[in-house]
Amino acid sequence: MVDFKFWRRDKTNQQTVEVELPKRDLSGIRSLFPGEMSADSIQDLEDILLMADFGIGASEQIVEELKARANKFGAVSDAELRLVLKDLLVEYLQRDDSQLNLTTGKLPYVFLVVGVNGAGKTTTIGKLARWLSDGGWKVTLGAADTFRAAAVDQLATWAQRAEADLVKPEKEGQDPASVAYKTVERAIDQDADIAIIDTAGRLQNKKDLMDELGKIRRAVDKIAQVDEVLLVIDATTGQNGVNQARAFSEVSEVTGLVLSKLDGTAKGGVLYAIQREFDIPVKLVGVGEGINDFAFFSAEEFARGLVAR
Amino acid sequence: MFGDLSTRLSDTFKNLRTRGKLTEADIDGTLRDIRKALLEADVSLEVVKSFVAAVRFRALGDEVSKALNPAEQVVQIVNAELVGILGGEARQIRLAKNPPTVIMLAGLQGSGKTTLAGKLALWLKNQQQTPLLVACDLQRPNAVNQLQVLAERAGVDVFAPEPGNGVGDPVKVAKQSIEHAKSKAHSVVIIDTAGRLGVDEELMQQASNIRKATDPDEVLFVIDAMLGQDAVTVAQAFNDGVGITGSVLTKLDGDARGGAALSVASITGESVLFSSTGEGLEDFEQFYPDRMASRILDLGDVLTLIEQAQKTFDEEQQKELAEKIAKETFTLEDFLDQMQQLKKMGSMKSLLGMIPGASKVKNQLDDFDEAELKHTEAIIQSMTPVERQQPKVLNGSRRQRIARGSGTTVTEVNALVNRFEQAAKMMKTMSKGGTPQIQGMNMGALGGGNPTAKKSKNKKKKGSKSGNPAKRAAEERAMLEGKTNKSQGSGSAFGL
Repeated sequence: MVDFKFWRRDKTNQQTVEVELPKRDLSGIRSLFPGEMSADSIQDLEDILLMADFGIGASEQIVEELKARANKFGAVSDAELRLVLKDLLVEYLQRDDSQLNLTTGKLPYVFLVVGVNGAGKTTTIGKLARWLSDGGWKVTLGAADTFRAAAVDQLATWAQRAEADLVKPEKEGQDPASVAYKTVERAIDQDADIAIIDTAGRLQNKKDLMDELGKIRRAVDKIAQVDEVLLVIDATTGQNGVNQARAFSEVSEVTGLVLSKLDGTAKGGVLYAIQREFDIPVKLVGVGEGINDFAFFSAEEFARGLVAR
Repeated sequence: MFGDLSTRLSDTFKNLRTRGKLTEADIDGTLRDIRKALLEADVSLEVVKSFVAAVRFRALGDEVSKALNPAEQVVQIVNAELVGILGGEARQIRLAKNPPTVIMLAGLQGSGKTTLAGKLALWLKNQQQTPLLVACDLQRPNAVNQLQVLAERAGVDVFAPEPGNGVGDPVKVAKQSIEHAKSKAHSVVIIDTAGRLGVDEELMQQASNIRKATDPDEVLFVIDAMLGQDAVTVAQAFNDGVGITGSVLTKLDGDARGGAALSVASITGESVLFSSTGEGLEDFEQFYPDRMASRILDLGDVLTLIEQAQKTFDEEQQKELAEKIAKETFTLEDFLDQMQQLKKMGSMKSLLGMIPGASKVKNQLDDFDEAELKHTEAIIQSMTPVERQQPKVLNGSRRQRIARGSGTTVTEVNALVNRFEQAAKMMKTMSKGGTPQIQGMNMGALGGGNPTAKKSKNKKKKGSKSGNPAKRAAEERAMLEGKTNKSQGSGSAFGL
């Protein structure tokens, strides 16, 4: 199990100290297979995985692998097959880097949050900020979404709820890279533990907007190391999620995925293909609109939820 | 990768050289490719299954064109079905007889409702409407604020009595907005609602209450083009919970195939009305089912290929006919074939009527009696192959049998044979370069009856598919007039 120890500044002596933050467990994943599982129904699993957005390639591969393993272990009963399937999914999804990178002790940590329009970036930042604030962290948020109407106000509301400091653009339509730079600058000045920068939603095929994101990243690189670039993907997204991961990784070196809106009926199966194809770990999961509605991704919990009866 | 569907299908075509009736194996091979492509385009499995079954059924039926090989035929059927499900003709937004027209927007979080509300308002404003934007998303932080900014940018009024961020009752706001719109003489009310999940019963009930309170003319379901398999569940939940009258597809400027549009249209049976295609407020347009069909299944190249194949085939057919006539082998079968082509032109009537100078042609088409064509078809189809090839063998008893078989009279059979003989004689004269001497003849409505003349005058065959209807009609006109000039008179060679 992952160790939930992070490093932040101690308020009294300004030393970097090891701290523990409340762990948020992933739960409430809806089952893929409520019916009875048997050797005959393994083929049906392919359809079920397709309907969960795993995609054709992954669905076929999982079914083949399950068949081979079921044969090898002589698994035939419902319970045995579910166990084999769970282990298989865990094996493919488990990674040792799925924890947030808050352990180097080099402060302030800098997070960049990216994604397409409407993925849930701002909401994710609000939740993350609240969780860190609760743990005694000093958080600076940067409103580098200078494009969408009232995006800055939306982040301001979350900043208030999370008791975080906020850096706003000085004028409408200001270069987002300069807002990002100023956010980190302020975080350093104010001895903040972490700076989290919100960026405008952009569709990954828009070259100029993707270039702009590259520019934001380079601006931040000049002043500090970037610890996380979190790509937020809506759990209802289909196979386009793969394109999103590819394009955002290219311009901003994505270090982790956030799967938002997993509280609906969507299963978010596309994360499986993304994690495997691009070698990017899923780190966080959004499960509601409330400020505490998020969890850390756990392959074990995710797989257990999917195969539960 | 998905982009390969066109290539994959083109390869299939090359391997399938046989023309004629589709075999099940042909169909299943092509459908496997199509199924895979639809899934990769995020069309829901359930919808893919019923779609593929429908195509298979249709392909196995009688709709076969000799012009195409089996795989090409399947693709053509697939395209037609896709366009059909997506709504065929683009539907217009329903405006109320007594203003204000009420439009309610509903959808998942992040699907783009608020931005769309602004775009729709601007679009309606440009249509000389006076829209009012209503802020009923009192949930998401600063959604109200966002709508106010958008309203200002679009230059329309906004009704936002509550601050939002969890404060205020959206049902009450919606209800008040109608009164407000009436008092300020707004012609359209656009209600922006909070994003909600299909499984959130409380919020679905709230949406339903907004609907009840405002009795909207349109409830538009806003879908993100990137939506995956969940589209079916979500569409079903919204349709059951709120009841939707149409949908709007957002973020279509991305690179998602947008298969969700097909899933939602198929599940709800309602058309997609608009698409949203960019960051700007003006990036909003009517939805085009045919464009969407080719986006979901990248069939553009393949369809062009098919069209070409068909055209070549038609040209070949014409050449054969010309040769037959020259050799005096014009048979009753050819005669029937020609008339059926004429029938196809019937649908051109309305178009021709709109083109100056084409009214003459139109009048001739008006004379064309479809019922009579049916009789003619029945008569010829009641003949044996030998009789069709060599009408000379048609003696009294054969004619009686044919009349009985086709449910007509011997007189009608006689009349048909006479018309055929006249036409054959006339064509022969013309194919040799002479002028037909038969009075009361008009080659104009003969429908490809003069292939040699046509070949020299106009290489394009009637019914060749110019994508532009006006251009197509002009082609027809040029062709028909070319022939009409050649023979003076009214009436038709076939007496139709």
